[in-house]
Amino acid sequence: MDDPQKTRKEFSRRTLLKGGAIAAVTGLSGMSEAIAPAAAPDSPFVSHANITLVINGVSRRVEVEPRSTLLDVLRERLYLTGTKKGCNRGECGACTVHLDGRRVNGCLVLAIAADGKKIETIEGLANGDQLHPMQQAFIDQDAFQCGYCTSGQIMSAVACVAEGHTGSNSEIREWMSGNICRCSAYPQIVAAVNAVAKRNA
Amino acid sequence: MKNFSYARPTSIHQAIELAATSDVMILAGGTELLNWARIGIAEPSKLVDITGVAGLEGIEELPNGVVRIGALTKLNDVALHPLIRKSYPVLSTSILKAASAQIRNLATIGGNPLQRVRCPYFRADEPTQCNKRTPRSGCAALHGLNEKHAIFGWTEDCVAVQPSDPAAALAALDALFVTQSKQGGRRIPATTFHTLPSESPTAHNVLQQGEVIAWIELGEAAPKSAYLKIRERESYEFATVSAAVALEMEGPVIQRARIALGSVAMRPWRLVETEGRLAGLRSDSPEIMLAMKAGFADAKPLSMNRYKIQLAQNTAVRAIEMAVQA
Repeated sequence: MDDPQKTRKEFSRRTLLKGGAIAAVTGLSGMSEAIAPAAAPDSPFVSHANITLVINGVSRRVEVEPRSTLLDVLRERLYLTGTKKGCNRGECGACTVHLDGRRVNGCLVLAIAADGKKIETIEGLANGDQLHPMQQAFIDQDAFQCGYCTSGQIMSAVACVAEGHTGSNSEIREWMSGNICRCSAYPQIVAAVNAVAKRNA
Repeated sequence: MKNFSYARPTSIHQAIELAATSDVMILAGGTELLNWARIGIAEPSKLVDITGVAGLEGIEELPNGVVRIGALTKLNDVALHPLIRKSYPVLSTSILKAASAQIRNLATIGGNPLQRVRCPYFRADEPTQCNKRTPRSGCAALHGLNEKHAIFGWTEDCVAVQPSDPAAALAALDALFVTQSKQGGRRIPATTFHTLPSESPTAHNVLQQGEVIAWIELGEAAPKSAYLKIRERESYEFATVSAAVALEMEGPVIQRARIALGSVAMRPWRLVETEGRLAGLRSDSPEIMLAMKAGFADAKPLSMNRYKIQLAQNTAVRAIEMAVQA
């Protein structure tokens, strides 16, 4: 424990979770391709299913119960914990991801209903060590304190710019209102969105 | 959330077949249904996901001038559609004032009016006295926390309000909900789609088991229309009161006015008496407020919401001014 290098190696949560993700995906790869029927073999209702999610450009297969949300599958089955769980009721926006290119609350989507769809998460924004311009803008503008809402804020902000809802500070505030920041970094968040929008203009 | 089984039909016929039994609920955007399942407001044992059903998404103008909106069209797509922005600004604005950008990318125009009341007793994590949550258990809001509750059409069985913003706009536009079911389907006026507690304290709307909203139809264009939503914060909040107004003008004179208030009753509340008195008035006439007050003759406040009467009157008058300018 005295060796900080060793401590980091042994206890880094990210390392642990990366390993877990590989194990989970490998473990499921041999499972049946077909969606499993619930009761009668010809019933259209299923009680679990093997689904494919194309996450940050990588196809991932995972077995889910119908009640599993996209948020929970991302975090707890695929170990993509960058997407945060705040209220789990669609009220805070911490779980914002892009579903087929559009920002949505991951807690309000059933994973089974997203079968075959493209999902982009915060983990997919950077290009290697090169941060996405919105990530860099959040750092430059000091647009967070505790950081818990930040993944959702950034995913929402990227979409806000792509949608073109950046004509004024009030328009940015309106279209970013689905992301709550309890540290109240709103002025800095608006500045970050503005900076990226201006650069793109 | 209790588990359920899941089916994803691809045709409306399959969907209404699968949804016909009482243990089934229909899933579209899911922004309400998932929370009902979490809280325990609904415990479906089967979900029929209709988002894969073909032909229920998009907006088209029919040869007879009717604008038909597929029920699965996402809220943002309805609000930002050029035809809706131009011809029905009241609907576009009502949608953009609802929820958040993320939720509007999931929620559908057919699903939004099916949202249930925001009464804290109905939404409680633990069931409490609420006739909508537990039939015949009483209404805790009647003498409890009722500052956001109804001023029109309530009974001692339920004093909650229907919170949908688009529903108020659709009621002002005399829109029709076109449904499909094994019995064939119906065309239900938006003005009577939601159920008043005097009709049934437990019901939310008139849809029957297995009945699916397929389209929403809008009649003649209403370019001089507006929606004003008053709430405790500027964005991402339910209305305290709202007003949807559609006018037909000849010069400065109102020929016809349609006004539906939101969040004042269990259904969008058309101010029929006011509408009649507004016809023939100049848009800057001081008699407009008198006409407005006439529509509130049957308003009845609860212990904590007397303020909503004047707030709703002022909101509606301002919405008329906005519609005149539209």
